[in-house]
Amino acid sequence: MGSYVPNTKEQRQEMLKEIGFQSIDDLFAHIPAEVKIQGGLNIPEGKTELEVRRDMENIAAKNQIFKTIFRGAGAYRHFIPATVKSVISKENLLTAYTPYQAEISQGILQSIFEYQTMICDLTGMDISNACVYDGAEASAEGVAMCRDRKRSKALVSATVNPYVLETIKTYCFGNEMEVEVIPEKDGLTDIEYLKEHVDAQTACVLIQHPNYYGNLEEAAEIGEITHGAGAKYVMNVNPISLGVVKTPAEYGADVAVGEGQPLGLSIAFGGPYLGFMAATQKMMRNLPGRIVGQTEDHNGKKGYVLTLQAREQHIRREKASSNICSNQALCALAVGVYLATMGNEGIKKAATLSTSKAHYLSAELAKVGYQTENKGEFFHEFVTVSEVPVAKALAALEEKGILGGFPLDEHRILWCCTEVNTKEEMDAVVQILKEVQ
Amino acid sequence: MLIFEKSRPGRGCDLLPECDVEVTLPQEKDKREKKLHLPELSEIELSRHYTELAKKSHGVNDGFYPLGSCTMKYNPKINEDMAALPGFTEIHPLQPAHTVQGCLEVIKESENLLCEITGMDRMTFQPAAGAHGEFTGLLLIKAYHKSRGDEKRKKIIVPDSAHGTNPASAAMAGFQVVSIESAPDGGVDLEKLQEVCGEDTAGLMLTNPNTVGLFDKNILKITEIVHNCGGLCYYDGANLNAVMGTVRPGDMGFDVIHLNLHKTFSTPHGGGGPGSGPVGCKSMLVPFLPSYVVDGEEELKFVKEPQSIGEMKSFYGNFTVIVKALTYVKTLGREGIPEASRNAVLNANYMMNKLKDLYTMAYDEVCMHEFVMSLADLKKKTGISAMDIAKGLLDNGIHPPTMYFPLIVEEALMVEPTETESKETLDEAVEVLRKLYEIAETDAEQLHQAPVTTPVTRMDEVGAARHPYLRYEWQD
Repeated sequence: MGSYVPNTKEQRQEMLKEIGFQSIDDLFAHIPAEVKIQGGLNIPEGKTELEVRRDMENIAAKNQIFKTIFRGAGAYRHFIPATVKSVISKENLLTAYTPYQAEISQGILQSIFEYQTMICDLTGMDISNACVYDGAEASAEGVAMCRDRKRSKALVSATVNPYVLETIKTYCFGNEMEVEVIPEKDGLTDIEYLKEHVDAQTACVLIQHPNYYGNLEEAAEIGEITHGAGAKYVMNVNPISLGVVKTPAEYGADVAVGEGQPLGLSIAFGGPYLGFMAATQKMMRNLPGRIVGQTEDHNGKKGYVLTLQAREQHIRREKASSNICSNQALCALAVGVYLATMGNEGIKKAATLSTSKAHYLSAELAKVGYQTENKGEFFHEFVTVSEVPVAKALAALEEKGILGGFPLDEHRILWCCTEVNTKEEMDAVVQILKEVQ
Repeated sequence: MLIFEKSRPGRGCDLLPECDVEVTLPQEKDKREKKLHLPELSEIELSRHYTELAKKSHGVNDGFYPLGSCTMKYNPKINEDMAALPGFTEIHPLQPAHTVQGCLEVIKESENLLCEITGMDRMTFQPAAGAHGEFTGLLLIKAYHKSRGDEKRKKIIVPDSAHGTNPASAAMAGFQVVSIESAPDGGVDLEKLQEVCGEDTAGLMLTNPNTVGLFDKNILKITEIVHNCGGLCYYDGANLNAVMGTVRPGDMGFDVIHLNLHKTFSTPHGGGGPGSGPVGCKSMLVPFLPSYVVDGEEELKFVKEPQSIGEMKSFYGNFTVIVKALTYVKTLGREGIPEASRNAVLNANYMMNKLKDLYTMAYDEVCMHEFVMSLADLKKKTGISAMDIAKGLLDNGIHPPTMYFPLIVEEALMVEPTETESKETLDEAVEVLRKLYEIAETDAEQLHQAPVTTPVTRMDEVGAARHPYLRYEWQD
């Protein structure tokens, strides 16, 4: 049995004796017998480190690692510089708690302050929090923070990632906000519908940009319509796209949220990822979660603290802006290291390579019977329609160790390219599909 | 110095090859115009920057961390190794089921083990943290009452000793919070509970042992009172480290629980996250579980419950955190799990007894995995507060206990040593705490100034909140 208890049997006896007890059982004597487990837990016996390692490695080996991936749909395999792993493995950072004790947490606090600044820079927004769980949950929090006494309806575009929509609906089942879905028209948010349905009860309009199908929405126009009705504009954006695509701030967003995973986090079967949240200065006090601010110590030395805590659950309890306590701090650290390593040129290049390759693949696939459905501009994802059943096409790719796009239905595939995909890989996909009838 | 202040235009790392296809960029109307100001540093500067930040941080590996209610136990290295296996980190969440059998096995096996440890029927791993789990559990309660047409149940009862997340989660789930005053012994006041229970009661949220570190002996009576009025009982798993292997929430009458894998099951806190807050429930709540559960014998698969409350976030939870927790449970096994909690309780009682002649214990009886001291007397006598003692500990390399919580104890310091600390470490901490008490009586001013050995001294938090400066600003 493995154990992480350092005290020896003798020490335990010594300790018990010193405090006047015979055995550890005595410390549990006051617990009613009828709630105690009889005969021990029905789980396997403990194992040594070598046995556990073998066991876990065997489990991991039951998964298939695809060397080549053309699937996104909410989780994106991008290049991760070596600096990221090096930093997030540092034990002082990895094993620390939330930085309540600022004097011994300046490193973590500063890393969050830097993260907040980089998220502001990337999105163009004024302020950012220290992150929430993931992009879908950030979207739900983004909707909730727009609610006020008179406005409790959220208009959410059907072109957002299904997880984003479903998570918003679940949160609104809780807080009893109304969710109305703006239908999709040709892969885009139906603007006419929006115009007719945005009203004085609408707290916010939320779109995803680029949307689930990779399309760039008429984001500026949607913002104007939203503001025209006095509602807030929430944009869920892909952070890599911001290397080349306009920022939510430039489109007029009041709140920008998104999935932070593309910024240096492994796909890791869905998590841990990170939800980023940024907003205009005006919405500062509605922002949920931890926020780090700069201040001074009593000797006038610059430093950082968790601030604006009057919004948070440990102070306001049921009146808090959100219940969030633990967030994804280590992932925020990873994002900070990623962005600092990539720098301005790196992030622009990742965005440029991703969108360029997607356009190349789209054009090449069209030559073998997979027509791109997207009518307007798209970023690094696009949808193809084909005669050949999707299952057959994807199975042929899988046989060659390639994870093709995500099947949307029997004839439509959602493809994704990032900077890690090479021209050779894309040509291989086209070659394989050419032979599938 | 901030990383932005170290940035020099023209520096950087050579990371990505040139584009091997024709370059396509967005049209003018969607092209970014706003300038980017990301840092431009060479790799050595980057690396040193973060090493410097790490030096100014304090983790469990840096020293004793008796932060009450947070269970800052040692984070085993094998867990990190297993979570870093490419067979887990390089798997896309939307791969076909037959290519992710290992991942599904991790979820299924974790569910089986943790359901047995907690006495629950099924468990979802989608919630990303404890508070997220609470919210999930409360939505299950809401969906359950709704499915029975019992929509008048709008109230969640929460003792005044509860974690702040409890009432906040209840409010997010659309419930009214009924706070009940704790009994003088820190437990639930049965009469008061009986008074507030009624046809509008949706449920009760409770931790046991409670936040003052005591096991509520009336637990069966408490859950019975709530059940008798038609409510459900929610167990906040924050304190499970006190009783795992000895008592199961399911056997105490709880219907739905959340666990904090980052507390009880040894996964690191990462400076605030990621955690993992799986939610377990009894059979009547299973139809409402969020997202997918894993089923199947030969081949495992994801299955959605018919009346599912929906998704709490994307995908299946903080997956690699679950891998770490599974590694831990496999390592400890049927003897190791109770051994951990029994030693956590021993360590807490040992420390409490070595301090109680000097420090006032809020409740002077056998505690579970943590105990609460009240420094109200000391403050009256010397002016030294819980905060001052906490800051004094910083100068001695010890992370302070949780301060000013629970709210029902004045000048509270809540101490949770955990089982992974040795007698030697506890003896040292006791010695430091005793020394600080002496300083409080003889040289209070010295403690008001503490800490003096840390990278910064006490921070101006009022100023930070009054004039929020939340990001670095550039001139252009």
